[in-house]
Amino acid sequence: MGYDLKLRVWRGDENGGGLVDFTVPVEEGEVVLDAIHRLQATQAHDLAVRWNCKAGKCGSCSAEINGRPRLMCMTRLSLFDPAEPVTVTPLRTFPVIRDLVTDVSFNYEKAKTVPPFTPPEGLALGEYRMAQVDVERSQEFRKCIECFLCQNVCHVIRDHEENKQHFAGPRFFIRYAELDMHPLDTLDRKRQLRDEHGLGLCNITKCCTEVCPEGIKITDNAIIPMKERVVDTRYDPLTRFIRRFRSPEQPRRPAPERQGQTAADS
Amino acid sequence: MTTQSRVPSIPAPAAPRTGRRAPVRGRTLRTDRWWAQPAVTVAVLTSFVVYSTWAAFVDRDYFWEPYLSPFYSPCLATRCGLVPGSQGAPHVGIFGSWWIISPAIIILIVPLGFRLTCYYYRKAYYRSFWLSPPACAVAEPHRRYTGETRFPLILQNVHRYFFYLGFLLNIVLSYDAVIAFRDHQGRWGHAGLGTLVLVLNALLLWAYTLSCHSCRGIVGGRLNHFSRHPVRYRLWTWVSRWNRYHGQIAWVSLVWVALADLYVRLVAAGWITDVRFF
Ligand code: SF4
Ligand code: SF4
Ligand code: FES
Ligand code: FES
Repeated sequence: MGYDLKLRVWRGDENGGGLVDFTVPVEEGEVVLDAIHRLQATQAHDLAVRWNCKAGKCGSCSAEINGRPRLMCMTRLSLFDPAEPVTVTPLRTFPVIRDLVTDVSFNYEKAKTVPPFTPPEGLALGEYRMAQVDVERSQEFRKCIECFLCQNVCHVIRDHEENKQHFAGPRFFIRYAELDMHPLDTLDRKRQLRDEHGLGLCNITKCCTEVCPEGIKITDNAIIPMKERVVDTRYDPLTRFIRRFRSPEQPRRPAPERQGQTAADS
Repeated sequence: MTTQSRVPSIPAPAAPRTGRRAPVRGRTLRTDRWWAQPAVTVAVLTSFVVYSTWAAFVDRDYFWEPYLSPFYSPCLATRCGLVPGSQGAPHVGIFGSWWIISPAIIILIVPLGFRLTCYYYRKAYYRSFWLSPPACAVAEPHRRYTGETRFPLILQNVHRYFFYLGFLLNIVLSYDAVIAFRDHQGRWGHAGLGTLVLVLNALLLWAYTLSCHSCRGIVGGRLNHFSRHPVRYRLWTWVSRWNRYHGQIAWVSLVWVALADLYVRLVAAGWITDVRFF
């Protein structure tokens, strides 16, 4: 059964804007993105909105719906009381381009500063051999669709713009975890993760985990284990002492010092 | 080229991009009761702290053969057994007779430090007491934020040492649960409601301790080749399964340890009589 949805959408650009009220007819089973598309097709032809797959797999349609970071294409309207308006605003943590579209290049700049997978020298593509149990943990993190909802919700940068310089954010903490736990990776990234990418700024309050549409246990499976690994190498005198006598499982080279500044830093 | 449809032209931006965020007003646009969870956390944690502080300092009514309150175990001063409601309490007199205030203060440092630096409780109190953030996508009130990078919060990194100590303490509390299978005269093979309370207490504390994130790292999380360490991989899988419920276990075991103290206290003070099963 269809009904008239009261939709409140943020419209504007970096110079100003505000919430605008619309009434959009919707059908049973529809999602917020359907309503936004109908609004665009019938009333607000110049409404800017980014989307691609409508299947929760491209990570383009991230927005804040009734104040909560969500994918518009995966948020059913049946979640909301039809009598109440539904508010859709752009991601708060990134600069707005127009209406619901934000500039998420902060994340691409950070991505560039994470040293890539570095297999042992002399091992060519196609020669990688590893046991499934050894890569299982890393595989969870490969599910990431880069919607950046976790980056957006993280209070470290959401509420403190100045931290953007020294904080990579949960999406890249899972990238670090993926590589650090990888059986064939040869770099030791823990110093960089702590000193340059601000693992210590995270206070494990788990909002990234709460919003991740892929259900990745970002805090429990990546951030906390990486914090523990940093303790192993940095703070715990006992593990450091033991490590001196026992060769680690696989010797790792420290990650190279960062070359120059990136756009996100300047 | 006559059929080309008219595309409405998008006006060019008036000025170069400034990189400003969308000026959305308000601390949050959330419409649900996001404040409920932090409010409940504050209420429960505050009640626990008030009760346990009182129970730790009151220094009486913590032993009734064969039950010893978990707050006073192990008792590290010879003072144990001398105050009312403690006659016959077992003690290890490391601290001797010069320790004249409540002996609970000595040992409670372990569970206090363990829970204070626990990854789960950190989340709970950062959110509810420090409002950093109070709930997801609700702005925090602080102007500056340095997370766990500075003193004193950088000390949270000692958590694993409290895990080791907590582990040892659990062995003692399990011993207390075992000796609770006696009657008031010390004969074995008996049990009462207090026995059940102390056994559950020990089990819950084991569940809490073994589902700890540091434990997960120590048993296997720090390895990169599980396939070369089958035993540790097993342990890690097992701890990981429990670790998922660490938050819930943290609450249940917290409340239960206070109830266990309360039960022993009421029995020792003579307010209620222990229900004997056999
Ligand atoms: S758990 Fe850490 S990274 Fe995730 S949202 Fe909270 S502060 Fe940010
Ligand atoms: S980790 Fe989850 S929330 Fe973060 S970018 Fe990836 S899919 Fe999105
Ligand atoms: S449109 Fe692809 S995730 Fe929503
Ligand atoms: S006891 Fe909670 S994480 Fe260690």
